[in-house]
Amino acid sequence: MAVITYREALNQALREEMERDESVFLMGEEVGEYDGAYKVSKGLLDHFDGNEWRVRDTPIAENGFAAIGVGAAMAGLRPIVEFMTFNFSLLAFDAVVNSAAKIHQMSGGQFNVPIVFRGPGGAAIQLAAQHSQVPDAWYSHVPGLKVVAPATPKDAKGLLKSAVRDDDPVVMIEGELLYNIKGEVPEEEYLVPIGKAEVKREGTDLTIVAHSKMVHQALQAADTLEEKHDLRAEVVDLRTLRPLDIDTVLESVRKTNRVVVVEEGWPQGGIGAQVADDVQREAFDWLDAPVARVAGLDVPMPYARNLEKQVFPDAKHVVRAAEHVCYLDQD
Amino acid sequence: MATKVVMAQLSPTMEEGRLVEWKVSEGDEIEQGDIVAEIETDKANMDVEALGSGVLRKIVVDEGETVPVGALIGVIAGEDEDISGLLEEAEAAAAGADEEEEEEEEEEEGEGAAAGAAEAGGGKRAGEGAAAKAAETPSNGAGRRDGGRVRASPVARKMADEEGIDLSRLEGSGPGGRVVKADVEEAVESGVGRGAAAAAGPERLTEERVELSQMRKAIARRLTQSLGPVPHFFLTSEIDMGRALDLRAEINERLAGEDGEGEPAKIGVNDLLLKAAAEALVRHPEINASWGEGEIVRHGSVDLGIAVAVDDGLITPVIRDADRKGLRRIAAEAGELIDRAREKDLQPDEYQGATFSISNLGMFPIEEFTAIINPPEAAILAVGRTVEKPVVVDGQIAVRRRMRVTMSCDHRVIDGATGARFLDTFKSMLENPLAMLL
Repeated sequence: MAVITYREALNQALREEMERDESVFLMGEEVGEYDGAYKVSKGLLDHFDGNEWRVRDTPIAENGFAAIGVGAAMAGLRPIVEFMTFNFSLLAFDAVVNSAAKIHQMSGGQFNVPIVFRGPGGAAIQLAAQHSQVPDAWYSHVPGLKVVAPATPKDAKGLLKSAVRDDDPVVMIEGELLYNIKGEVPEEEYLVPIGKAEVKREGTDLTIVAHSKMVHQALQAADTLEEKHDLRAEVVDLRTLRPLDIDTVLESVRKTNRVVVVEEGWPQGGIGAQVADDVQREAFDWLDAPVARVAGLDVPMPYARNLEKQVFPDAKHVVRAAEHVCYLDQD
Repeated sequence: MATKVVMAQLSPTMEEGRLVEWKVSEGDEIEQGDIVAEIETDKANMDVEALGSGVLRKIVVDEGETVPVGALIGVIAGEDEDISGLLEEAEAAAAGADEEEEEEEEEEEGEGAAAGAAEAGGGKRAGEGAAAKAAETPSNGAGRRDGGRVRASPVARKMADEEGIDLSRLEGSGPGGRVVKADVEEAVESGVGRGAAAAAGPERLTEERVELSQMRKAIARRLTQSLGPVPHFFLTSEIDMGRALDLRAEINERLAGEDGEGEPAKIGVNDLLLKAAAEALVRHPEINASWGEGEIVRHGSVDLGIAVAVDDGLITPVIRDADRKGLRRIAAEAGELIDRAREKDLQPDEYQGATFSISNLGMFPIEEFTAIINPPEAAILAVGRTVEKPVVVDGQIAVRRRMRVTMSCDHRVIDGATGARFLDTFKSMLENPLAMLL
């Protein structure tokens, strides 16, 4: 298997899907001439002979190009709309939430909207309050959308390919801090199904549920827990936030009896709140401790580096929560 | 010979009583059976009868005083008999009780201080447990019950249920004394709390007071008029003991192979009967009951009395919470209690307050008999000898081991059909003995 970056994996997925199906095209700010703000679309315009119908640079007008994408999807194309970051998708919230997510139902099934909205979400380094937001919970709240948030190059490629082929609108939230991570990706063609979580590390003593960037914090915490307490933590990567694959979580919880749910975003109404709710309802009799959550602090992201570090949930927070659900922090 | 007048335990839950009134004075002539005093229990005012004849020589407890069950309240003796020894003994006992009480109080204070060290907490990072932790008051095991509810994690409850472990007997190691999975796992290994509620068995008993219907009052009144204060009636049933005896032999063979320290060498037939009675009583709480003043009390526990013959009479040691104990535990406790009963070494709380009794004359050539109810229990089961006899099975005559039991019932509490249903359960427990061990 080849070891490539998350960025390269996404680039491969775009190239392969656009080659496979002529109706697939990429649209967004600086995706063409500039190779994308984060170089995810590097070389694509050249690869498709400078054809702007395949790789389309747009004005800085998110609601406009996102809505054009929705219309193109209704008309039979399969657009991939890149948001430079998901912070800017707020301007296109109407196109995504009010149009893309609703048209299939409101047209009585006459129109499908096979569109992908993708781009990086979450904090990077010192981008401050307006450019560090985590849109995971916002979009996963909306019926009519599918939401994926891969943590590894392999899942990024496989999920983007599945998203392109899906007949419903898919929001794919990547991570600026993930673009450079490397991982094994199969040489041959493959898909990662939407709606399937994956156990990233097997364990018996507690379950850590995470997605996207936080999967890496969870894995790091699991190593620490093993060294420090000889605890075997199982790490479940949700991969898809809507529809949520709660069955994989429940299966793990029935084995370990203890759960920590980790997310980068704010606590209220978060992904962890949903997971905790499902777990207490579906696996009540298997719980040995209340479900613990780790989330970002309930504040707008500060610019100062020292404060930013305080807000961002990391492996240390996960370890502390794990110790709590394992009753190791009494006295 | 001097006769003690003591604070009698007039109900299973009575721990102390208040002397309301002396009906006689020091120096009065007393006949056995005379009412000498009135005492107030936790439930009602009741009369105290003299258990011997003589002169009321000494009033030890004055009117209005409250003393624990078993305390000496007066002495009946011959006019010139020396009773100083008895009085000294009573004084010493009372002093001892006071000391114990003081110690208890001190302990309680200690616990209160420890429990006061509640932890402050509260983080804004949702969960991470900080906020949840503040809500859990740390304390020792004794503080883990909130109004009788045992704190346990859901999975601990589920496992305890599956393993037949009584959570209330475990010390919780979690916050606030919460019983967690690790505690149950440890209990499974060590056997603590084992043999509690049978997994598929009926729910635990709770004390219940049944209001008397007019019909029930009439039954009580008329039957009492007819037949003494406790109107008895009798139900007899014959039980096929073959399978129970085979099972007992098998269990004993297995036990002989074990080096069970502190376990009984053998399970006796009587132990099987006790276990069967306990299981049947849980299923028929209307038998595990007493006639009270204006109500019927269904007891919250099954406390089995075993009638034991001693040199000059009879005493009934009690196995407490027999429904929550496994066969081996019952056998061990019964063996010990019976031995000590024969040595006259039982404390009052070990022979008072049964909720149902069994009298077994199976070691004698007695095939069936009737026993007299020991109030305030509502029934007693008289067990005869198991004999081989011909019976008709599927139209054929076969030799079977059969045992006849006769239950005496207090008709104020139990009707014929109620008693019959209980006996039916008891019989089927013994005829399908695995069912009662599950």
